[in-house]
Amino acid sequence: MSSEAATAIPQLKADELEAPPLTLRQLTWRRFRRHKMAMFGVAMLVLLFIYSFGGAFFVSEADANLTETAARLQPPSAAHPFGTDTVGRDILARTIYGGQISLIIGLTAMLVEVILGILIGAAAGYFGGWIDAVLMRFTEAVFVIPQIFLLIVMAKYFGGKVPNIELFGRTFSGSVVVVIVIIGATSWMYLARIVRAEFISLKEREFILAAKATGTPAVEVIFSHILPNCMAPIIVSATLAVAAAILAESYISFLGLGVQAPTATWGNMLDSAINYIDEGAWWYWGFPSLLILLAVLSINFLGDGLRDALDPHSRAV
Amino acid sequence: MGRYIIRRLLQAIPLLFIISIVLFVLMQNIGDPLATMGGRRPTRKEDRERLTRQLGLDKPVYVQYLYWLIGNDWTKVDLDGDGVAETQGRRKGVLRLDFGTSLIEKRPALTLIGERLPNTLLLMGAYELVVVIGALAVGIYSAVRQYSLTDHAITALSFIFYSMPIFFIAFLSMQIFALDFRRWGLPYFPTVGMFEPETGKTAGQVAWHMILPVASLALISLAGYSRYMRGSMLEVLNQDYIRTAKSKGLGRRYVLLVHALKNASLPIVTIVGLDLPTLLGGAIVTERIFAWPGMGRLFLDHVQRVDTPVVMAILMLVSVAVIIFQLLTDITYAWLDPRIRYD
Repeated sequence: MSSEAATAIPQLKADELEAPPLTLRQLTWRRFRRHKMAMFGVAMLVLLFIYSFGGAFFVSEADANLTETAARLQPPSAAHPFGTDTVGRDILARTIYGGQISLIIGLTAMLVEVILGILIGAAAGYFGGWIDAVLMRFTEAVFVIPQIFLLIVMAKYFGGKVPNIELFGRTFSGSVVVVIVIIGATSWMYLARIVRAEFISLKEREFILAAKATGTPAVEVIFSHILPNCMAPIIVSATLAVAAAILAESYISFLGLGVQAPTATWGNMLDSAINYIDEGAWWYWGFPSLLILLAVLSINFLGDGLRDALDPHSRAV
Repeated sequence: MGRYIIRRLLQAIPLLFIISIVLFVLMQNIGDPLATMGGRRPTRKEDRERLTRQLGLDKPVYVQYLYWLIGNDWTKVDLDGDGVAETQGRRKGVLRLDFGTSLIEKRPALTLIGERLPNTLLLMGAYELVVVIGALAVGIYSAVRQYSLTDHAITALSFIFYSMPIFFIAFLSMQIFALDFRRWGLPYFPTVGMFEPETGKTAGQVAWHMILPVASLALISLAGYSRYMRGSMLEVLNQDYIRTAKSKGLGRRYVLLVHALKNASLPIVTIVGLDLPTLLGGAIVTERIFAWPGMGRLFLDHVQRVDTPVVMAILMLVSVAVIIFQLLTDITYAWLDPRIRYD
């Protein structure tokens, strides 16, 4: 009886007794590491990056753009593991090069969105008054029009106005830049509102008053005193923004208004798939859309894990 | 409450002005509306000049916007290009509900929209019904069985569907339920359109053609909706009044479906209210995939051919709907939850 009671007392491990308390960063990392779905998301993302960027060492871009009209719409075989598309291009090679562009668009469109969101939200929240009123009315105006409509109109507006870009010895369609900019420019509103709300509550705090009292310029107060304190929600929505941007790119390219040939993306590989559904060419749309799904899914998992890990109220250790 | 509604409506006016100006300026530069007017042949130079003048496209942007907004029946316009404005303008302007005439089809923009709107409303109404009922069912089920195997499975599935691009699920369902079912000799679904031309537009035909697009749209939204429902149901189930209801001996089902559901469905009101107006413009991608003759298709076709009056009319209609529905959502919310005060 007494021995049973003794074992019931929780025993602290030696390192937990002696180790110094964990820092916030360590705690966050520990919570993140134990989030199974987030770790799955990270692993899947790493695989997708290896697939798209590592795959380039095995297949050249010329192969990805090589048309072979004699071998059009062929089902998966040893020569073409993912089959071929309507002009006989190898789908495996195209998903590799398309993945590079899709992932890059996701990341850079997120950057555009975050920069716009922070600048607009910070200016509105920090300065208040008429600046806030004007910026928030504008934010609301952009919010009111559903994103896909704005994307279509803006894609038509900028379409064909940016010349092709030569980079690393490869030619990229100028439409890549257009797509990045328009996705960023149509999705910053939510982030701007978050940043504004954080700024409004933080700017009244004592440490900001102290910074202002010592004559710190406004730009410094905004970027080195307030902004670092509202990074958690920004990081979470930035992560989810990458997934949303990849989806937005795929929709706009699917409609034929996004990234133009010869540059492949997971989205524009599908833009004529609609005409070949009845031929039963499942590999034609199946592989690119599966990759989009995997990328979006794993980023959403990652974002979910970050949300839990960065929440200081979270008691999961 | 009345003051609040009036204030919100007054705030909407400058908002709509900003939106219309931004969109109008964007629309000026998206392409050449005259390019496709000559049919297959490129438009001749003198025709181009005449058309530009007749459509008022030779005017500066702000004049065009003014005519679009308040019409030009108060002034005379120069149609024959001799520099003398002698023809009385006939446009009434958007403020008097004249959205202009389609540059391509030569019919009023509102007529074109009126033809497509019922199709979109039909598709979207069915979709919203399926999503709300489905989300209530799935959300309640997984809240009651929190952390069970089914709950975990539903969570995983909703993450997957939530991340799924609509064309993936649409193509997949077409492949399985249209192509494979046909090959296996089972009754199969049609992939495109609203009805078979031979049988005509009967209710049965339309319903049969609606199943795949509605299911594709619904599965994706259901994922997000049911997560909300689960969350708010869990929150409500932990409240004291539920415990009281249980302890006074009410049946489990009664407590769940009457006491809990009423309060737990509040967040759903918000999402539906924000979702509905967007649907007015149609699910552009879905309508394109299933060749559904709705507003989304109309928008896409006319934006491709730079038909400013129709495109602007659709965009303004959607914007007005979004603003009105936001207000309606807030009002409904206050009505359902008396703790909320807007004054």
